[in-house]
Amino acid sequence: METPRIDVAYIAELAKLELSDEECSRFTHDLEQVLSYVAQLEQWDTRDVPPMYHPLEMYDALRDDIPGQSLSNKAALANAPQEVDGQFRVPKVVESAH
Amino acid sequence: MFAKTSLSVLRRKLIDRQISPTELVQECARRMQELNPALNAFISWDTERALQAAAQADMSLPLGGLPIAIKDNICCLGEPVRCASRMLDNFVTPYDATSVSNLRAAGAIPFGRTNMDEFAMGSAGKNSAYGVTRNPADEERVPGGSSSGSAAAVAAGMIPAALGSDTGGSVRQPASHCGVVGLKPTYGRISRYGLVAFASSLDQIGTLTSCVDDAALLLQSLCGHDAMDSTSSLKPVPNFSADLHGGVRGMRIGLPKEYVSSGNASEVQNALNAAMAALEAQGAEICEISLPHAEAAVASYYIIACAEASSNLARYDGVRYGYRASEVSNAPGDLYARSRTEGFGEEVKRRIILGTYVLSGGYYDAYYARAQRVRALVARDFTQAFESGVQLILGPVAPAPAPKLHATDMTPLQIYLEDIYTVPANLAGLPAISVPTPQSGLPVGVQLLAPHFEEARLLRAAATLEQSWK
Repeated sequence: METPRIDVAYIAELAKLELSDEECSRFTHDLEQVLSYVAQLEQWDTRDVPPMYHPLEMYDALRDDIPGQSLSNKAALANAPQEVDGQFRVPKVVESAH
Repeated sequence: MFAKTSLSVLRRKLIDRQISPTELVQECARRMQELNPALNAFISWDTERALQAAAQADMSLPLGGLPIAIKDNICCLGEPVRCASRMLDNFVTPYDATSVSNLRAAGAIPFGRTNMDEFAMGSAGKNSAYGVTRNPADEERVPGGSSSGSAAAVAAGMIPAALGSDTGGSVRQPASHCGVVGLKPTYGRISRYGLVAFASSLDQIGTLTSCVDDAALLLQSLCGHDAMDSTSSLKPVPNFSADLHGGVRGMRIGLPKEYVSSGNASEVQNALNAAMAALEAQGAEICEISLPHAEAAVASYYIIACAEASSNLARYDGVRYGYRASEVSNAPGDLYARSRTEGFGEEVKRRIILGTYVLSGGYYDAYYARAQRVRALVARDFTQAFESGVQLILGPVAPAPAPKLHATDMTPLQIYLEDIYTVPANLAGLPAISVPTPQSGLPVGVQLLAPHFEEARLLRAAATLEQSWK
């Protein structure tokens, strides 16, 4: 693996975070250090090793599809920053014409 | 008056009516008021609510009338769950976590929201929007993290026991730094429903207690399958206290040669030596084993944990709950970006960015999939060790005792590397416990690890260590 380069500004955009120039350069430095370290994962032979997504072998953890109680509309909206008519309210969004 | 008294002793006093649940809650509230200004172990506590529960306490239940503090990332109906983040500053929980409803069903009184590293990301208790927590053993030192407040509160005798969460050592490491018992059960043993998600394949709720008996007592009420968490185990729950004092005679306990590192502080090596001597004196056999992929654990862990965190924390977008930025333009996405930027702290942003990067196009196989394969190798090391005939594994919890609060700042990578001994249990889903060792100076714990669902064996060896040092 080559020396990792991370375009923090672009990744922050994907993650919906806005970083100042100072944060950008600090995070670039921190994360390149971390990525250089994790490059050691290359040294292990993993050709015949399946990825382990979960610590325990568990299959078909499905319950019967029986309707049950869930949060009331009121409770679900209780933490909403803004609500109107039993729904979440968000600021108007306008896509600019390209 | 009752400070630092164990749950089982308090329980006896409650049953014998030497104290009432109301007096016990009042005593905890008094200790919180007295000690919290210096320690900052609690973000908040609601004495009225706890007193109401105390008035109705049923002492015939296994935890009847016993107050238990709850880490600020576990939901209690009608109380805040802030994850020590500005993002959830005003959030009031509309339901109980299953762990909390299990505690209530066993008669316990959830009391107090303990401080933590924001969204459980940190190992010093310094990444909290509500200020740092201090170590009761030395207020100039950190308590460890991320369950910083839970460990400090139990160590200081503000509350007899607390719940924490452990994604990469967040129960065991602060327990070691503060001198209390920290148990992380097998992945799936305790339902994660109502635990705010950090890294879902690693997260597990655990306990911080003043002794091993209390860990067994609490675990008993917390376990069991939950229809609300499909990863919670269907395994039968044994009686964890039944054979707790059965000793370790004839037990083979492995010491990984990779864990006896020259990088360990002398206090940590002394603690390990003391544990080996104590276990051998009680009839256990200590044998050297090897975990060949031990050094790969931290790299694998941080990729997986950050990847899962970046996905889990995508839900905080300012729309349905949590922080919403007040000044947003009407451009698409601006509400999300402004709210997330103003709501999250620095370490959370750093990990979201690392996680987003390793999951992004072109890097997924190189980082995320590879980390999952190496995770399988780390887990296989443990399987092979247990198959080779050792029943438990002994090791350090952290390479050094609690650092100074204002120690020269380490780089994020240096901080992550300190998790070398705790993250393997999360990667492999194993139960593990940190037990305090006798120390003249700062508290230092040792760690025991067991095969999946062998908490009873783990607790038995931990109780043996504790007994032999009494």
